Amino acid sequence: MSGNRTIEVELSTTGLDAQGRPQRVPLVTNDGGAPVNVSAPQSMEPELSGDHMLINIGPQHPATHGVLRLVLELDGETVVRCIPHVGYLHCGFEKIGEYRQYNQIIPWTDREDYLNSIGNNVAFALGAERLFGIEITERCTVLRVIAAELSRIISHLVWLGTTCIDIGAFTPFLWAFQERENVYNLLESWVGARLTTSATRVGGMAADIPTGWMDGLRQFIRTFPHVIEEIDRMLTKNGIWVGRTIGLGVMTPEEAINWGLSGPMLRASGVDYDVRKDFPYLGYEDYDFDVPVGTNGDVYDRYLVRMEELRQSVRILEQAAKKLPEGPVNIDDPRIILPPKSKATSEMESMIHHFKQVMEGPRPPIGEAYVAVESPKGEKGYYMVSDGTAKPVRWRIRPPSFINLAAIPKMVEGHLLSDVIAINASIDIVMGEIDR
Amino acid sequence: MTDKFQIVSAGSALPSDARPVTPRNLPNKGGSPSETVAAMSSRFPGVVLHSEVIWGDTNIYIASSRVVEVMQWLHDDPTQQYNYLSDITAVESRDFEQPIEVVWHLRSLPFRRFLRVKTQLEKSAALEVSSVWGIWKAADWMERECYDMFGIRFNGHPDLRRILMWEQYKEGYPLRKDFPLRGRFSRSEQLRQALAQNPEAKYSMEELSIADAFEDLPEDMRGRLGAGERTGE
Repeated sequence: MSGNRTIEVELSTTGLDAQGRPQRVPLVTNDGGAPVNVSAPQSMEPELSGDHMLINIGPQHPATHGVLRLVLELDGETVVRCIPHVGYLHCGFEKIGEYRQYNQIIPWTDREDYLNSIGNNVAFALGAERLFGIEITERCTVLRVIAAELSRIISHLVWLGTTCIDIGAFTPFLWAFQERENVYNLLESWVGARLTTSATRVGGMAADIPTGWMDGLRQFIRTFPHVIEEIDRMLTKNGIWVGRTIGLGVMTPEEAINWGLSGPMLRASGVDYDVRKDFPYLGYEDYDFDVPVGTNGDVYDRYLVRMEELRQSVRILEQAAKKLPEGPVNIDDPRIILPPKSKATSEMESMIHHFKQVMEGPRPPIGEAYVAVESPKGEKGYYMVSDGTAKPVRWRIRPPSFINLAAIPKMVEGHLLSDVIAINASIDIVMGEIDR
Repeated sequence: MTDKFQIVSAGSALPSDARPVTPRNLPNKGGSPSETVAAMSSRFPGVVLHSEVIWGDTNIYIASSRVVEVMQWLHDDPTQQYNYLSDITAVESRDFEQPIEVVWHLRSLPFRRFLRVKTQLEKSAALEVSSVWGIWKAADWMERECYDMFGIRFNGHPDLRRILMWEQYKEGYPLRKDFPLRGRFSRSEQLRQALAQNPEAKYSMEELSIADAFEDLPEDMRGRLGAGERTGE
């Protein structure tokens, strides 16, 4: 497909040419070490063209990143047809949400896209606040930007590490997961949890950052770019990496838009749509960052886009750390924010507010809101419909990896079986979000 | 390939100094509706039943019989260009008398616009609406999920099967309000059905037709499948 593109390979083995394709070298040498041409074997292989084969991958397979199942029809090693099956992890989150108050839904958002849990908390809180008509405080806005970008870094690092493993590189996986640990340590010291953060509340955050937390963040901002550069040096011009990723799963910009792709999948195809830029939230229009856009829409471009997004996230974190204002985190409204425990047990009025909120929950006015954010996987939207009671009539998750995965039959057909793994990895799926 | 490749820019139809703004202090009801409402009303008289602005987003209610026509216009018309389908879902009210609403969330990347199109399906009639798969391929799995969860049939969808639930799932449509949170059947009945599943039959008949896989099955299994035993996920 994109044969006219040349990557100048720096890291390579002698068996690969400049495009990362294997060079055909005779394996037989004479006594002096000079290669000897061997004639092709005379025995003919049986004629198998047109004889198709049924291959099942998953649902329990390490390269399907969860419980995805792909049924493939193969002609030799070429994929003729791909039938994906999802739903093995279906838990009915949307149904459960209809029986929960808004703040009680936040722990469920941790568990759908579990690599981006704090980002989902932020997205859900933004949606609920639109429904309640709440304006959050300045400090909360900046804290949420920090949370969302840290979460993007975690998610992209996990993607990078697991994709490296899928394609056969083990070392960058260790580097990526080491940095991910550092982010999780930051999150743990902020909200007490690593994976299932439940960090936001409608109208604020569960907790303000502890004293000295910003020093930890600045330390991370200082050291993390070196790791990105190290991974970049290891992979971007690596002959094997380029050879395994370039020209695979190409989507043109028109196709990518029509198939509803979002996030790095869409931008790698050359569409500069980023929710943070085009439909901004949390004051993202005041941050100076670039949106990386690919040109070929293949697996290699998706890798480049995600690598650049890591660097841009660091830029946003730097600016957010500079502009974090002092002041309250939660809004000042006892109908929505729980009073502090000390007041709830000592003051009559706070106790009443506490009781009303825990037993009945805050009630939004009748209405509906669809709020989308740029999650690491793409456009993640929460659509909530309220009939004026404390529980939503409908809580809908717009799952970006579900819709990105829907295009996998189109992307893998015509490619080799081993490329299915690379293309599937490039979508960056999380089955918790797909099956919900 | 490279020469026909161009960067598609979001917001390309806007003036260069147009800057998106984070929505603040939106009113619950009211506000200026999207330009699309007036254009659609004049283009399709009688199809736009009602429109409203809630929390800054415009809702348009259209007649369920004209969905594809209107969507095709929204997608193709140079002044609209809603080229990105964000989501398809449905909403059932807690009030049983209210109709079920099918909701399309559309985005126009060139104009940076957002639109919510709705149509109402009466519960007394068949829950059917036309598929927009021919306009946006993104509708494929969204419509399958909507069918799976609400039982709304999207006419014209090429492969309308259950997606999250398995194909032999018999309890109904989980997101309907008359579906209990714990499922329609008792725990013991659910267990009995799960144990009665045939774990051998994990391919659909369509998949078994690939590579003559059906012919390679054991004799007894072919017999059972031939006798109409359902297979699938």
